[in-house]
Amino acid sequence: MNLLQQVLDGLSSGSVYATLALALVLVHRSTGIVNFAQGQMAVISTYVAWTLYDAGVPVWGAIGAAIVLSLVVGALVERFLIRRFEGGEPLAAIVVTVGLLISVNGLVSLIWGTVLKQFPSAFPSGGVGSGSGGTIGYGTLGTIGALLVVVLALNWLFRHTRLGLAFRAVAANPESSALLGLPVGRLLMLGWGLAAAVGALAGCLVAPKLYLAPEMMDSVLTYALAAAVLGGLNSALGTVLAAWFIGVVENLAGTYVSFVGGDMKIAVPLVLMVLILLLKPEGVFGHKEVRRV
Amino acid sequence: MSTLELRGVHAGYGKAQVLHDVSLHVGDGSITTLLGANGAGKTTTLRAISGLVRSTGEILIDGRPIPSAPDAVARLGVAHVPQGRGTIGQLSVDDNLKAGALLRRDRVQARADLRRLRELFPVLGERAQSQAAGLSGGEQQMLAIARALMGRPSILLLDEPSLGLAPLITKELFVLLPRLRDEWGLTVLVVEQNADLALSVGDHAVVLESGRVVLTGTAREISGHDEVRRAYLGN
Ligand SMILES: Nc1ncnc2c1ncn2[C@@H]1O[C@H](COP(=O)(O)OP(=O)(O)O)[C@@H](O)[C@H]1O
Ligand SMILES: [Mg+2]
Repeated sequence: MNLLQQVLDGLSSGSVYATLALALVLVHRSTGIVNFAQGQMAVISTYVAWTLYDAGVPVWGAIGAAIVLSLVVGALVERFLIRRFEGGEPLAAIVVTVGLLISVNGLVSLIWGTVLKQFPSAFPSGGVGSGSGGTIGYGTLGTIGALLVVVLALNWLFRHTRLGLAFRAVAANPESSALLGLPVGRLLMLGWGLAAAVGALAGCLVAPKLYLAPEMMDSVLTYALAAAVLGGLNSALGTVLAAWFIGVVENLAGTYVSFVGGDMKIAVPLVLMVLILLLKPEGVFGHKEVRRV
Repeated sequence: MSTLELRGVHAGYGKAQVLHDVSLHVGDGSITTLLGANGAGKTTTLRAISGLVRSTGEILIDGRPIPSAPDAVARLGVAHVPQGRGTIGQLSVDDNLKAGALLRRDRVQARADLRRLRELFPVLGERAQSQAAGLSGGEQQMLAIARALMGRPSILLLDEPSLGLAPLITKELFVLLPRLRDEWGLTVLVVEQNADLALSVGDHAVVLESGRVVLTGTAREISGHDEVRRAYLGN
């Protein structure tokens, strides 16, 4: 493998982290909660996609259906579980999302068992280029492309639609938004629903690289959290850049720094996260809130 | 324009009762001033109307009871500019204004209203793309009022618009109120500490003391009432 391949593979893993990290940012911006169950919710979505695929649905249809279903379920989780913890004790919210993580993990094992499953790639096998340059897999390119599509779609939604403006208003100031007549509760449901949908995509992108298993997203969540924190938990662009950085560093460190190796590379982004939190608690791309009275 | 009426309203925060049996009437197209010392319950009265605090008793618009959820009250045509203005600092001036019109279906008319408000408050056009947090206090108050008008309300609730503003700017704002009322077809309930200023532009006034209505009358009656002024208005 040459350096270009290494970097692109890093960007590809980074794109998966970025996708899940965007889900974390969506939830955090709208409800001020860090959803530790985001990865586990993505796992169950991926199992749903696998089940549909296993039943004969084409892979893109199975993924699409799982994404739509996740949107609905994510919204319901906000409405019936998270709602009462919003704006309350942060520790209570952490306990609830960690509890959700453990419950969903148990549910997945209960329904599908713990035997690893093979998840189909949504992209063709093979790749571009050959010979001394090596090949770059369609899967690698497709994963990066999928993230870019998500980023552009979210950007369009939030910057250029009335729904997006309503969402930004509610995320910034729910009480003021209610006074403008905006249906705050339904918009918060939308935030969680969108996050679950984006998370489902992350799960379906990573599953073909690994095996489908109940713990599949654990390390992805760790990296995604690191990226979201590096991005300041509110900046989409910052989060994506941070996730790409983590993916590339992880890949290169695993290959080129001998003492890191395959087993230790999970620690690299965590060390980075700790360092950055020490130096810049609001994140690299985060902005301190501007307030004026 | 609409009438707003409170009949025997009680409200509070948790166990702390703040409003006791508050009744008041804001006539169609009038400007009514809600006066009272700090902590008298003026803000709580407005918050009860908007559904931001729970209340018992009757709150009626044009004789019909209002819903309890704040967004439903707003959709009924009640715009509430809260104490502290409630503009959304992270959003641009333009986005704040557009957020005020998100529920309207008549988008062509909404764009015309936006142009009209930019003529009335030129700074809102000049600083359209700036973050609202960067505006001065007076500009933020203009933004808050303009944003409220973008929803084409029939009732405007204004909570201490003068808070933190220079006296001259406060005066301009109050002088503008009757004009806004006429041009935008509003019924206005405004809370104000500066009694003289508020009474000079208001038609009616209601005085609150410790969560009870102690006096109502025309602005002229109340401003001419020496004892009343000493007892309730602090001058
Ligand atoms: N969020 C709150 N929680 C508990 N008590 C409150 C709250 N807001 C106001 N109060 C109390 O209610 C009373 C009336 O407050 P308020 O309506 O804000 O008065 P005003 O606007 O006339 O200054 C005060 O005694 C105040 O301490
Ligand atoms: Mg007040």
